Formats: sequence, C-alpha cells, structure tokens
Amino acid sequence: MNSLFLQLFQDALVVLIAPMLLGWVNQCRAWLQNRSGAGVLQPYRNLIKLFHKDAVLANNASPLFRATPYILFASMWLAASLVPVIATDLPLSKAVDVIALVGIFALARVFISLAAMDVGTSFGTMGARREMLVGFLAEPALLMVFFTAATISHSTSLVTIVETLAHRQFVIYPSLAFAAIAFIMVLLAENARIPVDNPATHLELTMIHEAMILEYSARHLALIEWASALKLLAYFTIGCALFMPWGIAEAGNLAALPVALLALFVKLALGGAGLALLETVTAKMRIFRVPEFMGTAFLLAVLGMLIHFLLGS
Amino acid sequence: MLNLSGQLINLFAAMLLLISFAMLSQRRVLSLINLFALQGLVLAVSTTVVAYSSSQHHLYYSAGMTLLLKVLVLPWILHRLIRKLNVKWDVETMFNIPTTMLVGIVLVVFAFNLAAPISQLAGTITRGTLGIAMACVLLSFLMMITRSKAVPQVIGFLAMENGLFFAATSTSYGMPMVVELGIALDVLIGMFILGIFFFQIRETFDSLDLKHMEKLKED
Repeated sequence: MNSLFLQLFQDALVVLIAPMLLGWVNQCRAWLQNRSGAGVLQPYRNLIKLFHKDAVLANNASPLFRATPYILFASMWLAASLVPVIATDLPLSKAVDVIALVGIFALARVFISLAAMDVGTSFGTMGARREMLVGFLAEPALLMVFFTAATISHSTSLVTIVETLAHRQFVIYPSLAFAAIAFIMVLLAENARIPVDNPATHLELTMIHEAMILEYSARHLALIEWASALKLLAYFTIGCALFMPWGIAEAGNLAALPVALLALFVKLALGGAGLALLETVTAKMRIFRVPEFMGTAFLLAVLGMLIHFLLGS
Repeated sequence: MLNLSGQLINLFAAMLLLISFAMLSQRRVLSLINLFALQGLVLAVSTTVVAYSSSQHHLYYSAGMTLLLKVLVLPWILHRLIRKLNVKWDVETMFNIPTTMLVGIVLVVFAFNLAAPISQLAGTITRGTLGIAMACVLLSFLMMITRSKAVPQVIGFLAMENGLFFAATSTSYGMPMVVELGIALDVLIGMFILGIFFFQIRETFDSLDLKHMEKLKED
C-alpha cells in the first residue's frame, strides 16, 4: 500500500515540477546573461496559454501526427516516474531496468521523428533527420554509462544501482567520473541544449528539436513542451540517481521522505544552475561537429568501463 | 577495498588518461599547451599522494620538480615560442579526430592487457595504474604520429615523458634521483634545442609543417 502511494505521489510530483525545472534553468540563464528573466513559473503560463488556444492541423496530417503528442507525453511521464526520485520503494521501478528506460526514450524519438515527416514540410524532415543523427550516437553512449554503473552494482535495475551506491561507505569511483562526463554530454544532446541545439530559437537553420515541432500548435504543442520538460527532469533525476544518490529514502522508511524531498530540490536546483552555466559559457557548435561530440561521449563511457575493469573500482 | 589514498591515486590516474584523450582530440595549440600543464599538475599531485602514502621521501622532490618543470617552465617556454613564431592555427591532423579516438581506445585496451601480468608481480600500492601509465605513453605516441605540425609533435613528446614518469612511480615508486634529475635536464635542454629548431625549420621552409622535411632527402 505504502509503495503504491509513493508511486502515485512521485508520478504527480514529477509531472508538476517538470515545467518549474525548465523555468529555473531559463531563469538562471537569464541571470547569467544579465537579464531579469521571466521567473520560474513562466513555463506554466505558456502551457496554460497553449491549452486555451484552438489547434490548427495541416490538411494532410494523418492520425499519427495527432497521436504523437500524447504518446510523447505518456512515454516521458513513464520514464520520469520509473526513476527513483525520492524513494527506492517503487512498484513500477521493478518492472523495467535501465535498458528498457533507454527503449522508452527511443520510442518517443521514433514517434516525434515520424510525426515531423508526416506533414511533409522540408523543415520537419530536416529536423527528423538531424534528430536521428544525434540519437543514434547518443543512445549507445547512454547505454554504456548505464552499463558502467551496472557493473559496479551488479544489476541493471535502477533501484538496485541507487541502493548500492547510496547506502554504503563512501568510495571514489574513477569509472563513474568518466561515466558522469559522458552522461552530461548525452544530456546536453538529448535535451536539445546549447552546444548541440539551441532550445530558445525558432529561426536558425541549425535547429533540431524546434524544427520537428514547427507544425504543432495549441494543446499538441503544449503536450510536447511539457514532455520536453519531463524529459529534462528524467535525465536530471537519472543523473542524480547514478552519480549523487545521497539522501534518497530507503524502502519502508517513510520518515526519511521530507529529507529526500528536500535533497531532491537541492540537487535539481544545483543541477539546473550548473546546466545554465554550462550553456552560457559554451558556444553552439556546427551541426557536423555533433557526431564528434557524441563520439567523445561514447568514448568516455567506454573508457569508464575499461577503467572499472582495470582498477576494480 | 582500497584505502583513501589508493582511491585518490586511481582517480588521478584516470584523470591522466582523460587528459591524454583530451590532448588527442584537441584542435588548438593554445589549449594543447594548457592541457599539457594540467597533466603535469595532476602528475605532481598524484606523485605527492604516492609519496605520502608510501612514505618515500625522495618522491616529494620528484613531485616538486614535476611541478616546477612541467607546470611552470615548459608551458611558459611553449607559450613564448608560439607567440614568437606567431602560430595560433588550428592543429592539422592526418586522420579525422573520431578515427584517432577509436585507435586510441584500441591502444588503451592493448596497454591494459599488456600491463595486467606485470602489475600482478608488483607489490606497490599503485600497481593497478601501470596500465593507465602505458596507455598514456601510447596515446602520446599516437598524437606525435597523427600531427603534422612541429609544435604539437613536441607537446606529444613531452606528454610521453609524463606517461613514462607516471609508469615509474606506479611500478617501483619512482626512479633513482640521479636518473630523474638527468631526465629532467634532458627534457629541458631538449625543449631549448627544439625551440631553436622551430625557428630554423620555419626559416628554411616558411612553415612548421614537417611534411616539407621530406624534400631534404637526396634522390
């Protein structure tokens, strides 16, 4: 009963705070660029505004085009609720491991790319092609990061990984340091952040994610933006779970929940500020440098794995 | 499980390997020099940790010498050199960078396998890191092979010396002081001579691209 309650609580929590995380990152970026910023609640206002509008669809849009925002939102919500965020005692987490998690991200990517090509605009097709270019390189890197953490804790289940890393004496893992850098690079690429893609533009010819969703409006667009926020949150919580799992509540320990909640907010605030800093100090790279960037991420993840086997730690 | 200093040494070894890869993928000469200085710094800190944990006092001198020579003097000379030669160009590589990185991974696997039986014989606290040291040497070697300009090749040579030094520290707590002093002097003098060479090469060929050296042979 307890675990079911926790699962529902986490589901509600992630879907509600995801836009706030996005708002916080944007706010930090505004501060770093010496602007006053729109506040952390701006993404909510955007979503409400979009939900009140009437949707416009292209004449030749197929049912796939209409279904995609819902599939995207559902899979991102599922991904975010699978990661142990505040407690490890989650019934859903036991059903899937990290490989299935990568699969869920892949499912969402396939559908958004198909929907982008569905209407037949050149921008959408171009965006889908680029998304696939980034995705096919980011996915193996993400898997290797997971495998490094999995070899340390002898399990591919995210819950077991978190429990092993969080509740034992502090050990420095050089392999996890490599994996962490690789993971940050994958996070930047997968969430369309600055060195790979610019989330704040609708004008550049180099855009990837925005090019795919140009044809969407109103509630569909709102769902897609909400799904992007959920994806960012899911990546952040995966990062927290793998590389700084401290403060998470153990199974059956309800008293630790407030501390875990506080720890989650502190970690998200720090991570968001870090992301904003990273985005401010780096320049967007040429699109054909992206394969090299993702290749480096994959290489770092492989190195982490090799070092784990060499040093045994 | 290792104690804290063992873990720290492993962490620094991993950082050395990471810096070697960063140098391999670096396109700009200035960043390359800064990375070389950083590598020297990590080497000095890790040597200090080894010296502290094994109470080998001569390693403190080695660490101090590394700090002085490889973090301060050599990068300063290199900075001066590229300012005088006015070369801030993007480094040209023979292969594209991802291919080089893949070759690098293969080299790392090779070095790890090669070092595994040797490090089982060693009795030092740092024996696990021998594989990383060898990988650093091989990666610097690869960097020398894949770069066509003179300055990156010299930086590769110096980075290789860093790797050798780290290998000596990890297998046998460093070399005798006389040998270390000799090597340090060698590197310093070598740097001066190579610096003079740079000017001569540029004067003769109007470029620091070593491909032009092929013209020197007689048919």
